[in-house]
Amino acid sequence: MTSIYGPVTDWATDFDHAEPDYNANAHEVWSELRGRCPIAHTDRYEGAWLPVTHEHVSQIAYDTEHFTSRSVVVTTYRPLAEAPVGNAPPISSDPPFHHGARRLLLPAFAPKAIEPMENGVRTLCRRLLSDIAEAAIAKGGIADAAVQYAQHIPVSVISMMLGFPAEDAELFRGFIHDIVEGVNVTVEQRFESFQRLGDYIERQVLDHVDNPRDDLTTFLLNAKIGDEPLSVGHVRGSIVLLLIAGIDTTWSAIGSSLLHLATHPDDRRRLVAEPALMPTAIEELLRVYAPVTMARLVSQDVEIGGCPMKVDDWVLLPFPAANVDPAAFERADEVLIDRAENRHIAFGLGIHRCLGSNLARLEVRVAVEEFLAAFPDFELAGEVTWSVGQIRGPRTVPVRINA
Amino acid sequence: MDLAGYGWPMRVVLDSARCQGHNRCYAIAPEIFDVDEYGMAVLLHDGAVPTGLEDKATLAAANCPEFAIKVAGEKDGAER
Repeated sequence: MTSIYGPVTDWATDFDHAEPDYNANAHEVWSELRGRCPIAHTDRYEGAWLPVTHEHVSQIAYDTEHFTSRSVVVTTYRPLAEAPVGNAPPISSDPPFHHGARRLLLPAFAPKAIEPMENGVRTLCRRLLSDIAEAAIAKGGIADAAVQYAQHIPVSVISMMLGFPAEDAELFRGFIHDIVEGVNVTVEQRFESFQRLGDYIERQVLDHVDNPRDDLTTFLLNAKIGDEPLSVGHVRGSIVLLLIAGIDTTWSAIGSSLLHLATHPDDRRRLVAEPALMPTAIEELLRVYAPVTMARLVSQDVEIGGCPMKVDDWVLLPFPAANVDPAAFERADEVLIDRAENRHIAFGLGIHRCLGSNLARLEVRVAVEEFLAAFPDFELAGEVTWSVGQIRGPRTVPVRINA
Repeated sequence: MDLAGYGWPMRVVLDSARCQGHNRCYAIAPEIFDVDEYGMAVLLHDGAVPTGLEDKATLAAANCPEFAIKVAGEKDGAER
């Protein structure tokens, strides 16, 4: 799918987060904008704003009065989904509806529900790494840490949790590409993408109606808020959320972490030598390479940082930009894997804190631990390509594995 | 429970209204913080910090993205 917009002429007045240059050069773009605006605007997408400071990003994340979450992916048109439910509750929901829809899902993603999954994730990682080691022999030690490793981990985990066929992984990645990356396309193309996803979800839902089992899909089908069963749209929307939100986000975080270690041998060697540093290092990698930029629509005119935001304007919330704001972090643009004080907001702030953050952290940590255990010495060996749109991460990370 | 003077000089104060379940405190200092079934922080020992874990308590507070944790001295804790 090609963009309906042309190349960006100026990041401050004509930005486009779905131009390939944006994610590839994100840190440079945010740094330039912080010095110039610091809230950029574009007429693309029928009008959108891009704050880049920690102060503005948090202010908007906490403000559910002037901003609605009814759609959180900036696209060429304003989705029909209405507040306060939106099309993928609870991420698309506003108070007061949001509270019940979120509370329903929180226990499944709370630390004590996620911790027991560690062994399963570890086994999955080891199986992938063993395949990679075998395949690399014939290729002079060359492998791709994103294509052969990172992208497979969250897909397997979330398909298991939803009770969807694991062999549909490629299909899920296709849906995600369409929904998250195919944003600057025609309305018709966008509708077709949603139709394909909706048809697939419907088949899975019907299969669960006929064959209930112990997974999140059956849970949602039987769930109630108060005494009320969830609406048909709510169930499907929450499934879409769980399928889409957990995959390319975590895949991106794992890929970025391995890319960093492939290009920073001192950090790689230190983590191999000091495995106890891993949780601290993972938080720092999440800070600097945070994958997720959320979005809001303005629901009441408001002025932020001197910018007049009008009803139905899009506002991007680049948590990764806030995380490298020098006003909020010392040595903000440096990766310090032993940074002990790290109040980063990779998983957002306020009522929409990433529901899957405990799972994401587990997957990223175990994936990096196991990669280093299998291949303690590796380096970048080719061109890195980046995702497009609000989820930022490397899609190819070619590495040479040194014996 | 009055533990002042029994080797529990530091306290942490949790603002549950601000907590969004990032679980950084629980990851850093599980001796001081627990989580409920929704993943929201709860204080162990009513917020009293066991001797020797003062640094962990301070670190947990310094890593909360929502600024939901404060470290209080003995006096502040007693007044709470």
